[in-house]
Formats: sequence, structure tokens, C-alpha cells
Amino acid sequence: MGESIAFYTLAVLILGFAILVITARNTVHSVLFLVVNFLFVAALYVLLGAQFLAVIQVIVYAGGIVVLYLFVVMLVNLKRPPEVHQDPHRRSRLALVLACVLLAEIGAIAVWGYVRPDVPVSPVSAATAAQNVEQVGWLLYTHYLVPFEVASILLLVAMVGAIILARREL
Amino acid sequence: MFDTDELVLNMGPQHPATHGVLRVVLKLDGERVVDADVVIGYLHRGVEKLCESRDWTQIVLITDRMDYVASATNNLGYCETVEKLLAVEVPRRARYVRTILAELQRLASHLVWLGSHAMDIGAVTVFLYALRERELILDLFEEFCGARLTYNSMRIGGLPLDVPSAWDKKVLQFCNVLMQKLPEYEVLLTHNRIWLERTRGVGVIPGPEAIAVGLSGPPLRASGIPRDVRKDEPYAAYDEMQFDIPLGTRGDTYDRYLVRLEEMRQSVRIVRQAMEGLPEGPIVGKVPRLIKPPAGETYHANESPKGEIGYFIVSDGKATSPYRFRVRPPSFCNLQALPRLVRGHLVADVIALIGTIDIVLGEVDR
Amino acid sequence: MLDSLIYPLVKIVFVLTGVLVAVMYLVLLERKVQAWVQVRLGPMRVGPQGVLQPLADVLKLFVKEDITPARADKWVYTAAPIIVLVPALIAFAVIPFGSNVHLFGRTIPLYIADINVGLLYIVSVASIGVYGIILGGYSSNSKYPLLGGLRASAQLISYELTVTMTFVAVILMSGSLSMVGIVNAQYNSHVWFGFVQPLALAIYFIGALAETNRAPFDLPEAEQELVAGFHTEYSGMRFALFFLAEYANMIVVSSVATTLFLGGWLRPFPNVAALHLLDIVPSWAWFCLKTFALLYLFLWIRATLPRYRYDQLMRLGWKVLIPLAIANIIVTAAVKVIIG
Repeated sequence: MGESIAFYTLAVLILGFAILVITARNTVHSVLFLVVNFLFVAALYVLLGAQFLAVIQVIVYAGGIVVLYLFVVMLVNLKRPPEVHQDPHRRSRLALVLACVLLAEIGAIAVWGYVRPDVPVSPVSAATAAQNVEQVGWLLYTHYLVPFEVASILLLVAMVGAIILARREL
Repeated sequence: MFDTDELVLNMGPQHPATHGVLRVVLKLDGERVVDADVVIGYLHRGVEKLCESRDWTQIVLITDRMDYVASATNNLGYCETVEKLLAVEVPRRARYVRTILAELQRLASHLVWLGSHAMDIGAVTVFLYALRERELILDLFEEFCGARLTYNSMRIGGLPLDVPSAWDKKVLQFCNVLMQKLPEYEVLLTHNRIWLERTRGVGVIPGPEAIAVGLSGPPLRASGIPRDVRKDEPYAAYDEMQFDIPLGTRGDTYDRYLVRLEEMRQSVRIVRQAMEGLPEGPIVGKVPRLIKPPAGETYHANESPKGEIGYFIVSDGKATSPYRFRVRPPSFCNLQALPRLVRGHLVADVIALIGTIDIVLGEVDR
Repeated sequence: MLDSLIYPLVKIVFVLTGVLVAVMYLVLLERKVQAWVQVRLGPMRVGPQGVLQPLADVLKLFVKEDITPARADKWVYTAAPIIVLVPALIAFAVIPFGSNVHLFGRTIPLYIADINVGLLYIVSVASIGVYGIILGGYSSNSKYPLLGGLRASAQLISYELTVTMTFVAVILMSGSLSMVGIVNAQYNSHVWFGFVQPLALAIYFIGALAETNRAPFDLPEAEQELVAGFHTEYSGMRFALFFLAEYANMIVVSSVATTLFLGGWLRPFPNVAALHLLDIVPSWAWFCLKTFALLYLFLWIRATLPRYRYDQLMRLGWKVLIPLAIANIIVTAAVKVIIG
């Protein structure tokens, strides 16, 4: 009972702030609403019993990636380029078309792609929840070792690339 | 990708770290200083013009207020210049006491420099320690001439009064105290890695360039040029004193710091020698009641704590004030090196460099 | 009901009040300690020996005029100090102040919550605190505070990484991410982790100095510097919040160091039965003593050392401390595997 209330409240807040992200006039406000959004998503993870994922969500997403967004937003002057084409509503129409396509795709997946699990999904037991970090660590270093390493190399490449691009002299 | 142009940053005239009303306009490229434009004149009081309508004796008071951290040196320089014009001989005792006062003044000035320089770079405690020792010097001066900062402590031909009783013991006691405390400052700074990183290699100026840009005093000696007016053109009793001139090698901020510290030790050495060898005798020479130097002009230089302070005085032989009174202020000439020193450094170094030149705005602007 | 709601609420009230009072008196202590190092006396007028000075400061900040710069982003301007203060305070939720205490026939543990990812919770909370600084600089609507804020936050982020690396070493030793678990691990292994991981402790302490913008890493805040700090435009109560947050952060990092490296609420030599007369001192007193010692070290360092330049600061963090911390992790892991 309490869980449902928590879930629906969080869901409303998450969706609400997501809408605020795209409708805010000021870009900095937009980024800040995104941070709050991520924090509520982390709360959702806690509700699901994935505490490790929740703190990682805050550390990496809310505390790392969005800070980067904020830096960029503040440093780069985001001025709108002048509208060259005659049709002022072209952008909105394109957005509508794409949104409908996306909705159709999600609907198709929901209806035909959904596989009912054999075992009824139950809330995570307290004992497993406490073993969060160990379980994630175990999986990451055994079954998902290659993707893990590949992701690390990817991040390294991104870092090196950024540093090279930012240096004046080489 | 991104268009970057130079940023113009204005520093001062009111700024906690510019040691007075100094204004520096910096041109920055990112964090690096491309050029610096020094704007002075905020403390200009027309000292040189003022002196043209003052008595020769009254001018001593005005010289106090130029380099107000080293008043006695200013007084000394002026009095000796006029004595040169008058061809008056100063008795030996007066010369010795003048030497003691000048060296005590050097210590006081260097202590202020040490404190404020360290404080600018972040070591706040050194400021309090250095000023604690300076208080002792100020007390000594107060006993001698009644003032703590602007002394009016010399007269043309000698000194206004003789040394008070037991003053000599207090001076020697102070010397002992200071020699004990100098290692305290060194412990905090000289081998401290952060201090080294902030001062080594910052503001390097090699010897020939230092001469070309007009530096004098500790900044010149830190670049390796052995020029000290006390040795090259001795005045007061310096020809009878034994002391060394500390020289630097690289001409960076760290060398200037070491040179001034060593100068403090040498000053103590001079004070002790002069105090021990203090001769008896009159304290003022034979000077006419009304001072009217014959027509003529002369230039005389002293080694002030900041550098070479020179007085160029023209007398027309008739008036009771000089015809032209011109000072060569060491801080003003040293400040000319600031744009050269600051180029290529980061903004945070500008503060350290202003401190390392050791300027007093009273002298720069007069 | 009692256990899940009332006790935590009471504890929260206790902890928050305690922290806020501690912060106020930490400010006074800083002024006094710095003064004594500098052969002065510090605040002496308000109350005997200046003891009531924090009250005077709080009163002054309350009644100061609330100024908002023109054309500043009002919401962000108001939110920035709050965003800095709240993480500093909620970090105390997982810090164990002591072992159990027995009151009214119940056993009450002296922490608000013991979550299984307690250490990561503190890291996450610290990374949220960065926003307040960026936004503080941004909302002043002026070039120099903005740059100052960005520099300060870049410093924070870099040293967060350093500090987290030292946490990994401790986690390797304790096998648990929970704060209480780490203290228990120190009890079980008969040694405070600070003795086994001195390098991690040293790197953590330096990182903590940089995280809290304390000397010698306080360039973003130094008055002598040209580029104004991120809280230039703040005055009155808003500035007080920034100030409070800085000192609360100091207490947080000291508490975390105490828990991770100095045995938390354990007395010295906790497993040596012969010294059990030291148990007279309650566990929370040991905790406070250790935290206080670390805070004193903070103050002492501020009075002594000069300030690093910004590029030297970043170089130290990235090129010296992080490699050292990683090397420490590798050696710790290797030793653990070899010894088993």
C-alpha cells in the first residue's frame, strides 16, 4: 500500500519534472530540473531495492554528467540562429511526426513484444537487497566483463579526445 | 572552434594586495597575462613642488612621508645631499648613529615586506610574527625621536638629539631577539614546498635586463648584479663597517626573498658593529643657523631598503628653499619592471610579483 | 511506529541542532586558534573570552538587509546557498556517532540510519553540493563570480575523485560499504585502518582540504585574488548559509575520516581487555575527540601554510594524488589476495 503511494508520487514527480525540462525557457533552469528528475529516479531505484544503483545514479548522472551540461550551458553562448526558412511551423510539425512514430513504436513493443515472465515478479527480499553491491560486482566482473572493459576504453578515448581538442598547441 | 580574445582586467586602485593605491590594468589571454599597464598617481601630493617653498630644515619632515615605511633613510639621504652642497662635515658619532638608525630602518622595512608578501601568498601567520618584531624597532625609534613612523630624525649636519641612556643596550637586545626569530620565519617559508612552488621561477629577470629596466636594491642584487650604494659609494659610517652583500643567481621571486632575508642578517651585523664601536663626540656638526647653501646642484644616493634612493637638489644660493628638489625614488624605478616581470605569468602570480618588488606608493607617487 | 518514525525524528533533531551549534562554535574556534597561532587573542569582547561571539554573528546576519543583484536569476540566486547547505547536513544521516546507548530500557544505536551503501551515499551527497557553488557564481550575473564558481567546482570535482579512490582502499579492507560495518571491521581486525592505510589517510586528508576549499587550497575564496569568489554577491543570511555549509562540510569530512581511518567510536586498543577502564569514556566522546583532533588540524594548517595557485592545485590532484591513490588500491588488493 505504502509502496504504491510512493511509486505513483515518484512517477508523477519524475514525469512532471521531465516536462519542465523541455518547457523551461531558461536553459539553466532546464538543466536544474533534469537534476531533480534524476534524483527522483534514484528514489525510484531505492523503491525497487537497488540501492547501489540509486547512489550510482546520483553520483554519476546527477553529480557528474549534468554538472558537465551545466558547465557547457554556462560557458557557451547559446543564441538561436536566425530562422532562414519561410515556414515558421516546420519545426513543430517535424516534432509531431517524430513523436507519433516513436509512440507507435513503443505501442507496438508494448503489445506484441511483451513477454510474460514465468515466475510472478515479487518485491525483492530484504536479504537480497542487502547484497546489492556484491551482486552487481559479481555480475560485472564475470558475465559482463567484456562490455565493462569496452566501456572503460570508450571513456578513456573520449577523455583523450576532449583533451586533444581543447589544447591550443599539440 | 571558439573565438577567444583578450580580457582586460583592472586591479585596484583599491585592492587588498596592491600595497597602497596602485592600479594595474592587465591584459589577459585566458589565465596568462599578456601585458600589464601600471597606473600610478593616486597618492601624488606634490612633494617636490612643496619642497620648493619650504625651508631646508623643514624639508626633512616632508621627506619622512615619501617612503613612509623607511622614513629615516629618506631623512638621511636628504640631509647628506644638503651637507654635500654646504660642504659640512658630520661628526663621527653622528655618522655612526645615523648608520644604526638607517640599518634599523632597513630591518623594519624588510619585516613589513616579509609580512605582507607572505600574507599575499597565503601564509598569514608570518605577517603577524614580522610585525611583532617590527614593534620592537618602532619602540626603539619612539624612544629616540618620539615618533613611530615618520621620524624627522636627522638634521642637516647631524642629529637633532643624542642617543637616550640605555638605548644602546635595548638596541643590542633587540638584535639578539631578531636573530632568534629569523629562523622562525625561515621554518615557515624557506623550505616549504608550497612557498617554493609559488616563488621559484616566478618573475625571472636576468642581470643585464635588470640593469636595462632600471632596477636597484634587492631585486637587482637577486639577479646577480653586485651593486650596493653602501659599498660602491659609502656614506654615513659604512666605509668603517664590515658587511656582505647577498647576491642571488636566478633573479626570481625566491631569490629576492632570500636576498632580503640575508640583508636583514647583515643589517643586524652592522648595527652590532656600530653600537659597539660608537665613538664619543658631538652629535651635530658646525652648521650655520640659517641654512643657505651656495648656488649649485648635486646628486647624492643612499641605499634604502627598496633600492637606490637619490636626491638631486639645485640651490640658487639666494632663497631659503631649494630651487629644485628632485627625488629618484627606488620604488618608482623598480615598478617599471612590473610589466616585464608579469608577462607570461598567471593572474595569481601578479600579486606575488607586486609584493616581491616591494613598493611603497608614497615613494612612487610622491 | 516508535522505531521507524519517532526515534529517527528525535535523532534528526538532535543531530541537526548539534551540528549547527558545532558549526557556530567551530567558526569561533577557528578565529581563536588562528589568533593564538598569530600571537593575538581573537574575539574577546562578547561574553567571557569571546564565547558568545557566534550568537552576535548570527544575530548580525539575521538582521542584515537582503540584497538581490539586479537582473540576477532570482530563483537560482535563492536556491544556491540552500543547495550547498542541505547536502552538508544530510550527510550526517549515515555517520555513526557512537555504539549503542541504553535509555528508558531501550537500546538506541547512535546513528540515524545505517544503509548498506552508506559510504557511497556520502559521496553522492557531496557531488550534489557542487551545484550550489556553480549556481552561486552563475546567479550573480557577473563574469568574475561565474568564473570563480566554475573554478571552485572544477577543484571540487577533481578532488572528489581523489577522495573516492581512498574510499576504495578502505572498502577493500573492510569488505563493507556501510559506515557501521566499517567501524565493526576495524573492531574485528584489531586495528584502526589509519595505521594500515596511512597513505590513504594522508591522501584523504589532503583531498578533504581541497573539497572544503580550505587552505592551502582556498584560492577560490582568497580575498587577495583578482577573480572574485562565487559568493561575492551574497550578503546577510544567504552568505551565512554558504559559510555554514563550508564549516558543516569540514565537520562531515572529519567525521568520515574518523569513521573510516580512526576507528569511529572505538576506543584506542578496543580489543585489549586490559585497557577496559578506558570504557569509562562513552563511545560518542571518543568519536567527538577524534573528529575534533582532525578539525584542529584543519585550523592549524590554515594558519601555517601559504596558498597553492590554481594550476598547481589541479596538477597536484590529477598528477600526484590520483596516481598515488590508485597505486595504493593496487597494492592493497595485491596484499589482500596474497595474504588471503
